[in-house]
Amino acid sequence: MGIGIVVTSGKGGVGKTTTSANLGTALALLGQKVCMVDTDIGLRNLDVVMGLENRIIYDLVDVAEGACRLQQALIKDKRFENLSLLPAAQTKDKSAVSPEQMEEIVTQLKREYDYVVIDCPAGIEQGFRNAVAGADQAIVVTTPEKAAVRDADRIIGLLEREKVGMPKLVINRVRSHMVKNGDMLDVEDILDLLAIDLIGVVPDDDHIIKSANQGEPAVMNHESRASIAYRNIARRLLGEAVPLQPLEEKAGVFHKMRKFFGLK
Amino acid sequence: MTRFGKFFKQSRKKVSVWRMVTVEVKQVTTVKSKVTIKGTKEGLVFFMDDTCSFDELLADVREKIEHSHQQILSGPLIRVSIKLGKRYLSSEQQEQLTQIIRQKGNLVIHTVEADVITKEEAFAERLKTHFSVKVNTIRSGQVLEYEGDLLLLGDVNPGGIVRSTGSIYVLGHLRGYAHAGISGDSQVIIAAAVMSPTQLRIADVISKPGEEWTKHSGGTEFAYLENETMLVAKMNYLPRIRPELGEKKA
Repeated sequence: MGIGIVVTSGKGGVGKTTTSANLGTALALLGQKVCMVDTDIGLRNLDVVMGLENRIIYDLVDVAEGACRLQQALIKDKRFENLSLLPAAQTKDKSAVSPEQMEEIVTQLKREYDYVVIDCPAGIEQGFRNAVAGADQAIVVTTPEKAAVRDADRIIGLLEREKVGMPKLVINRVRSHMVKNGDMLDVEDILDLLAIDLIGVVPDDDHIIKSANQGEPAVMNHESRASIAYRNIARRLLGEAVPLQPLEEKAGVFHKMRKFFGLK
Repeated sequence: MTRFGKFFKQSRKKVSVWRMVTVEVKQVTTVKSKVTIKGTKEGLVFFMDDTCSFDELLADVREKIEHSHQQILSGPLIRVSIKLGKRYLSSEQQEQLTQIIRQKGNLVIHTVEADVITKEEAFAERLKTHFSVKVNTIRSGQVLEYEGDLLLLGDVNPGGIVRSTGSIYVLGHLRGYAHAGISGDSQVIIAAAVMSPTQLRIADVISKPGEEWTKHSGGTEFAYLENETMLVAKMNYLPRIRPELGEKKA
């Protein structure tokens, strides 16, 4: 029996879909059998980020309504044999699926896959309730902004009432130079407020935008710093103890010398 | 006459009154009446029978005050305590009773006590001394509401709300909203280990940090009302500002 993990945030635009796509891919790269489920009915994105949009035939709503079998709706990713996607419908809205139906679908998927990564829509309404229904664990994504942290706090409060237990925190899009200048909330401030376990800090990286536009998950790139951060999150999920990556670029000898002479 | 001499004379006069009273007591107890009057150091105590009807009681009090006990019930001012026993009197009935005793100009009613109270009063009394302990983090959008005093072991995050009819004590970081004395009690306080709230309310006074009071000092602080304005002080000022706060619970 696999594990259902919901990726949620409350606020929109903090990187739920990016995190879902990269976490799912990273877990698949680590040899786990992974199925990603997009629950953002009406505003589906996960298929676009994964570059699988053109292969959709059936979707989540079709499965829930019994218009097709679950296996027919799953899209196998040709790049990673362990990875599948259950896309959301684009023409319906969140009320097209009930939490009970979601729970049933995720339970079916868990029988076959090691990890079911559920991409949650923004907000705290029906879409959120659907996404959480089948999950055993939760990952809360936030950015170092007051509004995002506030919404993450609200979501954690709501998750406490569900059966998902204590959620884990991903802090996304951290800009080290802004944190250093005190213009951005730092990791300690956020943890102090939210009081949950941190599972990863992802630096702000242009490569994420580029790879999302190309329909290739960022973790496929080995040089991107965000990619390494996502791989580390996947390894931590599997129970490995991976230390947090330093947020700053490691300063080279040349840089140190310049600093020594007061040139920087 | 010297000041001492005057005082001496007065106290002697008092002593003579008490002697008379104790003599009276003997007479009263021999007659089986509804009202027993006893003299004590503090003044007269009226013990009311709690088995007879209220009308009988009133009649007997009237009889005693107007006719039979003229000699002790005149003279210098005497404090009177009324003990009702296990009889519950409505406020109108109490008024009727005290009216009769007040007829005598020298009787000052000090207290009216009964061994019984209504359920409502008992409930209100219990709430006053009610103290709850809650272990939780109050996150954005969550509301914690209590009757009586509340001790929260945990943080109140921005957007989180704590409301209570009594005082609120937060053993953690208060960053959200706290409203103490929601039913109008202005003597309550809001205390926090780390005080940096979004907004504080005590009774119907609303205050935001930076308006009436400046940013927190970093230590344990409490907010209270003084002349309809909210003030924040360090915890070590509490015994001076609200010394009665702890006694209420005893």
